[in-house]
Amino acid sequence: MTQIFAYIPFSNGVAEDVAMEFPAAAAKIDKTASLTAVLTGSGPDLDKVANEMTGLYAEVIKIDNTALVYPNAEVVRKALLNIIPAGAIVLAAHNTFGMDLAPGLSIKMNAAYAADIVNFDGVEGTTLKASRQELGGAVSTHVAVDVSSGAVITIRPGSFTAVEGKTASGSVVDKSGNAGDLSAKRKFLEIVQAEVGDVDITKADVLVSIGRGIEEQENIEIAEELAKAMKTVVSCSRPIVDAKWLEKGRQVGTSGKTVKPKVYMAMGISGSFQHLGGLKGNPFIVAVNKNPKAPIFQVADIGIVANIIEFMPELTSAINDL
Amino acid sequence: MEILVCVKRVPDTAENEFELNSAGNDLDRGDLVYSVNEWDNYAVEEAIQIVDKTGGNVTVITVGDGESEEVLRREMAMGANNGILLSDDAFGGSDGKGIATILKAEIEKGKYDLILTGAQADEGAGQVGGMLAAMLDMPYASLVNKIEVGEGTIKVGREIEGGNQEMNEITLPCVLSIQTGINEPRYVGIRGIRKVASVEIPVKSASDLGLAADSVGKTGAKTRRIDYFTPDMGVGAEMLEGSTDEIIAKLIEKLKAKGGL
Ligand SMILES: Cc1cc2nc3c(=O)[nH]c(=O)nc-3n(C[C@H](O)[C@H](O)[C@H](O)COP(=O)(O)OP(=O)(O)OC[C@H]3O[C@@H](n4cnc5c(N)ncnc54)[C@H](O)[C@@H]3O)c2cc1C
Ligand SMILES: Nc1ncnc2c1ncn2[C@@H]1O[C@H](COP(=O)(O)O)[C@@H](O)[C@H]1O
Repeated sequence: MTQIFAYIPFSNGVAEDVAMEFPAAAAKIDKTASLTAVLTGSGPDLDKVANEMTGLYAEVIKIDNTALVYPNAEVVRKALLNIIPAGAIVLAAHNTFGMDLAPGLSIKMNAAYAADIVNFDGVEGTTLKASRQELGGAVSTHVAVDVSSGAVITIRPGSFTAVEGKTASGSVVDKSGNAGDLSAKRKFLEIVQAEVGDVDITKADVLVSIGRGIEEQENIEIAEELAKAMKTVVSCSRPIVDAKWLEKGRQVGTSGKTVKPKVYMAMGISGSFQHLGGLKGNPFIVAVNKNPKAPIFQVADIGIVANIIEFMPELTSAINDL
Repeated sequence: MEILVCVKRVPDTAENEFELNSAGNDLDRGDLVYSVNEWDNYAVEEAIQIVDKTGGNVTVITVGDGESEEVLRREMAMGANNGILLSDDAFGGSDGKGIATILKAEIEKGKYDLILTGAQADEGAGQVGGMLAAMLDMPYASLVNKIEVGEGTIKVGREIEGGNQEMNEITLPCVLSIQTGINEPRYVGIRGIRKVASVEIPVKSASDLGLAADSVGKTGAKTRRIDYFTPDMGVGAEMLEGSTDEIIAKLIEKLKAKGGL
């Protein structure tokens, strides 16, 4: 029987949403599989989340150790290697922690690795068929994963239906005594909070958001003018911040701000999942992109194939003429 | 410090409209424009800046075919001192573990204090760095956006959700995957490329590296791409067509209806 272990990320006593998505992912791998939640941490926060997980998972393993208060991937990996049986499938989130943990864990387990999976077609024999994207979401692929000696798989948060309500009545198994040596060559020091910027894009009902399609720093003015006509501010995708054309506080996405506008104008943004991950509340998305195949057109409400450098000024003057 | 930076030649997402080939099992690669993986330029820039301060050398390495030599030259034009090309028909079809296995074989022949990779490449996996570290039993940190070099240890910042930064101390030698934005990669002009055009780049095969052919490539792969497909994403966007004036008139109507104006 397939054994699946889901590593539950949480902070401040609250499980991340993906904890509710692992059960659906596991069922798509193999309906008959056993599914166990695994949590590492220490103290009341750990106990609180572990208890909550018994409503979703038939078995919940907790590993309580002060070395695990902050989830340092090197330490967590050591603990997991002493708990997870050979040949099992480990699920983690494809987030900044999962990316830190999972590839190395797969090597130490001598297991297959599959990253950023968005769907599963199930196991046949020892082959698991799954779907993922490449090239920033421009293409989708099926992959075959040989799970004969186990697998470590990260799933894309938000890709599987979250379970609602109480679907299991499991119990917590304390395996803190099995964690073994948790010394590490990497030591966590502190978290430095992101800087607060000059404009707060999280409060805006409308955002004019620019991506790499803006091409040059001088062109940002064109977007500023459109934003002014629409009585709002400019936000952006990551490359604009990397280039230091706008400050970090303007970036929408998983490593930037989460915004909830009513209308989102995506100008020259391809639509990577890390960018869209910052867009909540189901806004009305208008995408303008010169590439008719840009992935943003799959999620946008309105699509326009155009050069934004020419299109935005025309739209600005039409709005100003209203 | 002796720094090794792993780089990859990838299709340029900004320059290409991706089409499937007629069999539907691969991209139509005939007309694709390739470049260096975006993340790798940041890794090379960081390595050069560290060596400028501490002394030492930057070596760039790639696993690829003959055409991958051009990405090594580009990074050498940025300022990397050496390039190494690992190339063999037996490497084709390698999964992340296969690539890491090939890189490891060469890394063990040298002595590096620091090994850098990009945070991710064209396949969006973000796997080679973490695998390599585990194989070499070195500590690892992913998504690094700050490096402060000390004696025998370094301080690294990892970018985590919301743009917050997780600071760590890590012992050398180690492997780090570099996130974009850590620096501003220098520009490489045609003249820079010309300067390194005749520098010799050693090419190493599976047997040079002492690799069993079945540990890498298609046969060694536990994860393999079956095909490309077009996902069923629902209806997709309503595409506005016509003259620019017509499009703008329609768009303004929609924006008014949705509270955008
Ligand atoms: C851990 C991690 C976290 C990340 N976090 C974030 C995040 O928080 N936010 C974020 O945005 N990204 C994030 N990224 C980066 C993300 O993966 C993408 O690289 C990024 O979102 C791409 O930005 P883009 O769409 O502006 O650029 P590209 O993908 O290069 O797209 C540019 C688009 O503009 C179009 N275009 C070009 N010129 C024109 C023109 N003149 N007119 C019209 N269209 C044009 C092109 O067709 C293309 O579709 C993260 C990545 C990682 C690995
Ligand atoms: N073929 C390759 N040759 C050298 N380095 C590679 C190769 N593939 C991936 N890498 C390195 O691993 C990083 C992450 O790529 P990936 O794990 O494929 O997402 C890249 O930025 C490179 O530094």
